[in-house]
Amino acid sequence: MPDEPVPVVRVSFISSFRPALGGVDALEIEATTLRELMRKLVQDYPRLQRHLDEGVALAVNGEIYRDNWDVEIRDGTEVYLMPRIQGG
Amino acid sequence: MGNDPSYTNQKFKVIGSRVKRPDGIDKVTGRAKYGADYNAPGQLVGLFLRSPHAHARIVKISTSRAEKLSGVKAIITCDDLPDLTNGDAAARDILENCMARGRALYDGHAVAAVAAVDAKTAKKALKLIKVTYEVLPHVTDVDEAIKPDAPVIHQDMYTNGVEPRPSKPSNLYNVAEFGHGDVEAGFAEADVIVEKSYKTEQTHQGYIEPHACVASVNSDGTGELWVTTQGHFTYRSVCATLLGMDIAKLKVTSSEIGGGFGGKTHVWIEPVALALSRKANRPVKAVMSREEVFRASGPTSSTSIDVKIGAKKDGTITAAFAALRYQGGAFRGAIPGMPWAMIGAMTSFACYNLANVKSVGYDVVVNRPKVAAYRAPSAPMVAFAVESTMDMVAKELGIEPLDFRIKNCAREGTRACYGPVYGPIGIGATLDAVKKHPHMRARLKKNQGRGMACGFWFNFGGQTCTDLNIAIDGTVTLTVGTIDVGGSRASLALIAAEELGIPYEQVRANIADTGSLGHNDTTEGSRGTFSSGMAAIFAARQAIEVLRQRAAIMWNIPVEDVAWEAGQARASKHHKLKPLSLAEIAAAAPTTGGPIAGHNESVPDNAGVSFASHICDVEVDPETGGTRVIRYTVVQDAGKAIHPTYVEGQMQGGAAQGIGWALNEEYIYGKDGRLQNPGFLDYRIPVCSDLPFIDTQILEIPNPNHPYGVRGVGETSIVPPLAAIGNAISNAVGVRMNHVPMSPPRILKALEGLDAS
Repeated sequence: MPDEPVPVVRVSFISSFRPALGGVDALEIEATTLRELMRKLVQDYPRLQRHLDEGVALAVNGEIYRDNWDVEIRDGTEVYLMPRIQGG
Repeated sequence: MGNDPSYTNQKFKVIGSRVKRPDGIDKVTGRAKYGADYNAPGQLVGLFLRSPHAHARIVKISTSRAEKLSGVKAIITCDDLPDLTNGDAAARDILENCMARGRALYDGHAVAAVAAVDAKTAKKALKLIKVTYEVLPHVTDVDEAIKPDAPVIHQDMYTNGVEPRPSKPSNLYNVAEFGHGDVEAGFAEADVIVEKSYKTEQTHQGYIEPHACVASVNSDGTGELWVTTQGHFTYRSVCATLLGMDIAKLKVTSSEIGGGFGGKTHVWIEPVALALSRKANRPVKAVMSREEVFRASGPTSSTSIDVKIGAKKDGTITAAFAALRYQGGAFRGAIPGMPWAMIGAMTSFACYNLANVKSVGYDVVVNRPKVAAYRAPSAPMVAFAVESTMDMVAKELGIEPLDFRIKNCAREGTRACYGPVYGPIGIGATLDAVKKHPHMRARLKKNQGRGMACGFWFNFGGQTCTDLNIAIDGTVTLTVGTIDVGGSRASLALIAAEELGIPYEQVRANIADTGSLGHNDTTEGSRGTFSSGMAAIFAARQAIEVLRQRAAIMWNIPVEDVAWEAGQARASKHHKLKPLSLAEIAAAAPTTGGPIAGHNESVPDNAGVSFASHICDVEVDPETGGTRVIRYTVVQDAGKAIHPTYVEGQMQGGAAQGIGWALNEEYIYGKDGRLQNPGFLDYRIPVCSDLPFIDTQILEIPNPNHPYGVRGVGETSIVPPLAAIGNAISNAVGVRMNHVPMSPPRILKALEGLDAS
């Protein structure tokens, strides 16, 4: 059986993160989980680590994840990297 | 998935019933123990010395005379709290907020603390501490703070989020921009454009119970903290970090909580009380006075907001823009990466389907207390600005404001103003419900007006750990680590009862201390019932597996033949075997394998975004400017209501706080930078006689990411009231208020302006 193609994910960033990404507002990355996605992002853009340390959340097709990075992602999934928001 | 029948058609036995809360009797009889009700043998009284200046360099602190006073057991300053934060900016800010380090940054900033044998001695000792200040220029207004000639509070603060990096420090900490499309092109398409600027003053959560704790640190490095908090696991981690303690060696026990609303998600006096105890080698009890709560805990931001909305004649919004300036006090936000204006910008236009939208958040530091979360933090202020402008645009277009909102509301597939595309959401359903609501057709009299407004909040899940233990008599203890701020113990017991198929009264839900359960995130972001409810479901299902195994042992049949139905083990293939009740299986537990329990640790994210639409009727007295809310209705998509009374209570509570914020509540600072009204006489929160009955309509639009369809509830309904009341006032007396609170003097001034024109 041929290997399953690795999903291509479009990742968008809020403006505050863009300086750490060389000014880009979106990227396409191959990843199967949020954890793999974040690992690749930090590998390619080490300045992003500071934002991760301060706290981020990930919106996956509109659903917000703050801590569960085991979420599987499929081809065409839209991921939005956001600040980790606090509630009251 | 809003109308997915697999969620909307779920049949429940006890979920949705209005059972009595387990803490109810204790609370109405005075037995409930709040933060200040704990006492430890040999405890000392801890009191704080606070800066009378808005901004001052601390030249010298002399404690020698106070130390000599009989009965004084410990005095601490920042020298007793070395910086152990290892470059963690958030922790460093918390440390500095708990005890000034070289500079007092706001009126009320703690500069020293005393532990003495009694309050009288401690007060006397505070008077004997001599602090030499060099008063520095201060700024307390958000707009003044970003003017070029404003005193710069932190010389190392260079604005984040802009390229290139500024060459000079300033009070503008962060700039964050959200949106999509081309707003300039959108405004060019518009037939009508309305632009308006707004201000909202700083408010406090107004929880009735002040911050209180008893701290005890032993010479072996272990410690205990009894405290009122929304997150005892977080308090444990933060306090241990600041004091260099091992996290596991500090046990934190939460008291009943007399309100928090976000203000008890952060530490204030607790690390200092622990430091005092460590130095004195005695337990120390610290309780904030009301004045201290106002001056030195965490109110919400004051703001200054500009909004511009353009629309075509048919009512389609072509572009929307907002610039939000929020002050976070003297620090960079509760979490440096999540400053308050940024959150406001994210929520600004979240209710609407907009092709061209841009929101820019400007986070500003001023000489005021460190801002903390307050119920849907940052959202009510920008909702006031946006929803007021929405009404103005509708008026310009000659369209009913409700219809204007229905035409433009966000739906499944809408790209939210903060970036992601929405899945199934409920804003349209709340607006449809408002349109059908009898409140909208009720007649109004002279000087009365009706307004409505919408609101949005994210809701969150987070780390959760839960135990479910079955006692030998078949009763059940559900042990959770999320603080019960609004009746969650009843809701969680209902969930456990539903899963196990037993009566609610057979389950007791308790809040564990930090030594008894794995980490639980703070009860914030409307997560308590969502997260612990999910964990309770899975813990109960694990316990059911154990119950099936035990029944199989008792019957000597394969476990695959045992089903769990209606609170009993049944073996349908074995007709002669009578069902075994939970109590019968529990009674046999000692000889079938020991205790029966279930457990779950998880990160239940996806709490589901939430929307609310409110209707408000007011009557304005044109002679005094006084405004009375005469009728109020909250409609909210709440997901499945586990305990409808507490869902309604959250909706009513949010509205009540929003009404106080809209009409009266306000931090008033003098020119000297000192807070003028740190007490409930001069800072007026609404009391029962100020409020009408707040009607509620729960829309149970299920969250597809929860087994029962639960979503966060507690915060959304504080978002619309400011704007709903502003719109109602406008419709009552024809003045558009753009400054909150819309207090009698401000309304009179606006009416005088109307007369003059």
